[in-house]
Order: sequence, then structure tokens, then C-alpha cells
Amino acid sequence: MRSEQRVLEIIETARGKRPRFKDELVTMAHGAGGKASQTLIEGLLAPSFDSAALAELGDAGAVEVDGREIALTTDSFVVRPIRFPGGSIGELAVNGTVNDLAVSAARPLALTVSLVLEEGLAADELRAEVEAMAAAASAAGVEVVAGDTKVVERGRCDSMYVCTTGLGRVDPRADLGTGKIEPGDRVLVSGPVGAHGTAIMLARDELGLDAEISSDTRSLWPAVEAMLDAAGAELRCLRDATRGGVASALNELARASGVCVVASEDAVPVQPEVAAAAELLGIDPMYIANEGVLVAFVAPAGAEAALAALRTAPGCERAAEIGEVGAEPPGMVLVDTAFGGQRVMDLLAGDPLPRIC
Amino acid sequence: MRFVEEFRDAELGATVAAQILSLLEPGRHYKLMEICGGHTHSIYRYGLTDLLPDEVEMVHGPGCPVCVIPMGRIDDAIAIAAREGVTLACFGDMMRVPGSEQTLLDAKAAGADIRVVYSPLDALRIARENPEREVVFFAIGFETTAPSTALTMTRARAERLANFSCFCNHVTIEPPLRALLDLPEFGIDGFVGPGHVATVVGLRPFEFIAADYGRPFVVAGFEPLDILHAIEMLLRQLADGRCEVENQYKRAAPDAGNPVALRAMAEVFELRESFEWRGLGEIPRSALKLAPAYADFDAELRLELPGASVPDPQACQCGDVLKGAIKPWECKVFGTACTPEHAIGTCMVSPEGACAAYYNYGRFAREGEPA
Repeated sequence: MRSEQRVLEIIETARGKRPRFKDELVTMAHGAGGKASQTLIEGLLAPSFDSAALAELGDAGAVEVDGREIALTTDSFVVRPIRFPGGSIGELAVNGTVNDLAVSAARPLALTVSLVLEEGLAADELRAEVEAMAAAASAAGVEVVAGDTKVVERGRCDSMYVCTTGLGRVDPRADLGTGKIEPGDRVLVSGPVGAHGTAIMLARDELGLDAEISSDTRSLWPAVEAMLDAAGAELRCLRDATRGGVASALNELARASGVCVVASEDAVPVQPEVAAAAELLGIDPMYIANEGVLVAFVAPAGAEAALAALRTAPGCERAAEIGEVGAEPPGMVLVDTAFGGQRVMDLLAGDPLPRIC
Repeated sequence: MRFVEEFRDAELGATVAAQILSLLEPGRHYKLMEICGGHTHSIYRYGLTDLLPDEVEMVHGPGCPVCVIPMGRIDDAIAIAAREGVTLACFGDMMRVPGSEQTLLDAKAAGADIRVVYSPLDALRIARENPEREVVFFAIGFETTAPSTALTMTRARAERLANFSCFCNHVTIEPPLRALLDLPEFGIDGFVGPGHVATVVGLRPFEFIAADYGRPFVVAGFEPLDILHAIEMLLRQLADGRCEVENQYKRAAPDAGNPVALRAMAEVFELRESFEWRGLGEIPRSALKLAPAYADFDAELRLELPGASVPDPQACQCGDVLKGAIKPWECKVFGTACTPEHAIGTCMVSPEGACAAYYNYGRFAREGEPA
């Protein structure tokens, strides 16, 4: 008989291997930010493009230009409905890309915007989204310098898709990377989790739930800049906790840096409305998407200063320290539950699916 | 959240855990089965085993509605969804359950019209809004979800919705428990009873367990404190030499159940002669089908289905897991060939399945244990 510990070792060895993309069809799970997405990225995309910068699997890639480090990133936005409490696709498209730069410690400089529009889209809707993009860009201090438009036949896309590419200059005070994370580092989260994904789920009106929950979409550059000012060299790694939520961000970092993250369930800020909706749906808020929440790994010496600085940034008043980095078991995220037990917090296989009872 | 947070109070939890410790008889090992997958999920989700002494072993039971659906029924659902003009509405849990060739998620990617719904009434709404489509609701679950299917069917009949039907896979909790208790080596000392099912059926269907099989039984809620409290009540019965059906979940589950829900079920459903359970095989009179008055809404009568019984994959030991005969990690394919992302067995798919709960939440070497 195999012992339990032996079985666990075999599993961890299997999980440590690079995933292979063997699926016959792309399913919705490949887009959900969980294990299926990881398989697609690490099993097909990263090996095919064979780029050292891409292999870092960060939110933005680093390019050196005449001795200066530039960060480059791109993102597509296909959200439905296109407007929801607290934001809309246009605002999201700007902030999402700005935030990918921000968590790479890059001051956002310029964006490009590509629009794929569905035949029949009301011009007023388009105008509203373009204005939302302009306002978000202005708020984030970033210029839209190029763009493209395509129109497809009715039914070939869902009102509009937006793709933005962003360029930023990496702050010289920053020395971030998954390789920099060490046992003892503290884990911060910049604000209450799960609001964006919950707002979208409710806006779809499929759940028959009504609650005042707004998306948290916002630029995170002010938050990052404040932390750089307060604890520049002590910052180890930042990640934008979008698809798959804080749980997925922590898992990606634990895995990439070969450490264990121990989070405390009690310490994670969650708005009561989000907690209640998640409870009804049987979904853990830690897995719900955010559009204005980052996780920060900070050396112990800088953790207090970084947290205090973070709390001065707009929308980050409820930032909190939620955990600490340990050594064992490597690549895993453990949670001290509010009830006094401990458990694993793994990547999800695909979308978080509501339970039936 | 009232009525939730009170039952997640760590201090109270520690108090109950101390009570549990004080009830142990020296040298005795206790095996308690939590029947419901919701309990299994909570036990791992809150790390309850950390609060229990080594002498108290929790064994996972057969009450995960997704886990007990046999492969043939998944194949039938996929066959329904693949038909021209048909929309299949199902709960999200079912999407990743493997059929013999593919999952519903795969079938959806291949072009079948499959919609995830949160309640059977959502399926009814889809039927109303799409009169040109034949909408089939893939109904699963124990007595917990059967009443909402029943009410949906009565409404469909009242509205004379011609494009709506139900592929009924509702099962009942009593027969599989009886089947387990009849197993020769079933060494369970007591049961944590399914709270949600009890809100509908009450305590009566469980009385045979104490009366005929001499095992204490405590119906429990789903918060961590509920479960610990139920374990304490079971140990107290064992310490006192009592053997009764008790109700820890009185705030939601009246001893007599819910007569309105029971009436709706009695009107819409009747017992099947027999139903195949995954890993447990055919169990007589263990599942529900639509009553003759609802025949027009029965997908099994309206559509031709393959209806084949498909044996479980050879490597799969879900049956042994569902019977509590082995721990999830003792299964030959656990965590290697069978993972939540590529599951062979149902227990690895549903968040309430014992294997998925253990894999997702419990899979790590604890302090003080050899790694």
C-alpha cells in the first residue's frame, strides 16, 4: 500500500512538470485563468515563441532599449455586458493594460487601441465607450498614440471587443521578479477582493440577485508609485489579481518562485455584499476576478511602510497584509481558515462554477 | 451575514473541539461517516480535520449528487444536447463530468447548445423565451433539489409549455444508505446526516439506521461549527450508550420535514423500479422519474436516448470512495491520471466529491508529519 505522503510526493512531482497542451478543442475553461489557461500558456504559447521575456510569464514583457528598460503588454477585452455598475468595457480596456504595466513597476506612457465592432452597434454606445477610454487614459496619465478599427458582420462578435497595447518605462528603483521572492516576505493585497467579477455576474441578470456591488476598475499606478516611494528596494514582486482572482495570482507566484505562500483567510478584505453573493453562489471570493486589486510581495523590513503607503492610494484604503512566504511545501498556497484549520488553496480547473446545493 | 458567521466562530469551535476530546474513550478509534458531499466540502474547506483528534476519523459517504451519476446518463445528456434544435440546461457542476467519450463542456465546445443554469426555473425561462427550441432540463440531485424540479414541472404543465421537458436523474438518500449498511465490512460507528435533505424529508427516513442498524445519526448543518457540534453529539451518544436520530440543524430542518415540498414531489414524481448508481451499481427503488400525469414533459419518453449502461473505467475506484471503503488518496489513479482538470471519476469533478475536496484543499504534508 502506498502511504499518503508518498502519494502526495508523486502528485507534486507531476504538477512540477511543464504542462502539455493536449486538448482537442478550446473550451471556456482555457479562458478562465485556472489550470486550463496555464496549460494553454505554458504548454503551447510560451514554448512556441521561445522568448526569455515571455518565459517570465509576468504581466508585461521587458525590452531593453539603449540601456533603458521598457515594459510592453497587451490585452483583449470581451466582457458582457459592456456596461456594468462601476465601469464599462472602455474603462476596463485602459485600466487593465495600465495595470499590467503598473505591476511591472512601469510608469504607463502610451497605449494603442484596437476595436472590433459588430455591425449594428449603436453609434451612441460606441461614442460612450470611446469617451470612457479617453477619460480613463487621462486619469491614468497615459496617451493613446495609435489605433485600429474593424467591423464584423452581425453575430460575429458581441457588440464590441477592445484590444489595448501599453508601453511603460520601468522605474529604476524597482527590482521585481518572481525569482526575488524569499521565505519571510510579507504578502499584501491592495483592497477588498472579488468586486469586479461579482458586479459582472450580477449585471448579467442571470442569478436573480440584486446587490449594490460596483466593479473596482481603476488604475493601480498610483498604488505602485506610492509603494516604490516608501519601500522601493524592498518590493519583491507585484501581480495584478485579475482573472482567477487573488488565489490564482498567489498560486502563479508560489509556483514560479518555488516557495509556499501561507495566507490568512481572516485578513483578506471582502465587502460584505460580495461575501454574501459569493456565499449564495458557493464561490470563494478569492477566485473572483478583480480589475483594481494587486498583490504585493514585500521584504519584511519594508512591509509596514509599503502597506502604509498603499493605503494612501485611491481605492486602496482597505489594503491589508494577508500572509507570509514560507519554504515548504514549495509551489503551494496554504490558507489558515478563519475557523482555525489549514487547507490548500489551489488553482481552479476552469471557471468557478456555482454549486447546486 | 447573520446565521452564517456565528457558525464560523473559531473560539466556539475550539470549545466544541475540547468537548469532543473529553468524550473519547481511551484506546478507541471512531469512524464517522458524513453522508453529504456538502459536509465533505466544508470539512476540507475549513480544515476541520485539524481540529479533530486522531482518534476520530471522518469517512466520506455517497451523498454527492454529481458523483453518483453513472456514465451512461452523461452520455444520454450529451446525446440530447447534440440533437438539432435542442437546448440542454444543466447545473454548472455537471459540465466537467466525464461521459464515455466526452464531457458536456467538450460537447458545448463542439457546438452543442448547453446552458448553465442556477435553478430549474431558469431552464423554464429559456424555454419560454425560445419557443422554437426544444429545451431539456438535466435534473440531478437528492431530495434537496427534487422539490424545485417538481415545482418547475407543475408550472410548465400549468403553462402548457410544449417545448420544455425534464431529463430526470433525481435520486433518494435512503436506499444507498441501506445498501451501505448491508455491506459485510461496513465499520462505521455513526453518521453525520445530510442537513439539506432533512429540510425536505425530516428525520423519519433515517430512523431505520438507529432502530435497525444500531448506529447513531445526527442531522447537521453545513457550517464548520455545525459539523463539529454534530460530531460531539454523535460521540456523546456513543459515550452514553445511546443510539438515536438527533437533529443538530433545527434552525433549518424541522423534524417533520417540509410538507409542501413533499407534496409537490409526490405529485410530480414516482419511484423508478431501479436506477444505476455510479460505483454502487443498480439499486432498486432508489430514484425518481416523472409520474404518468407528466409524461408529456419527460425527456426520456419524448426523445430517443441511447440509454446504455456504461461500465466505469477500469482504473476508476469512485465506487470504493463513495462507499467509504478507501480514502481518496488510496485510489490508484488519484492525483496522477485523475485530477480535477482531467478527471476519470466523478468524485474528482464536483467540488463536493471526496476526491476533489481532498485534492483541492487537503493535499499537503502537515506539520509534524513525515513529508
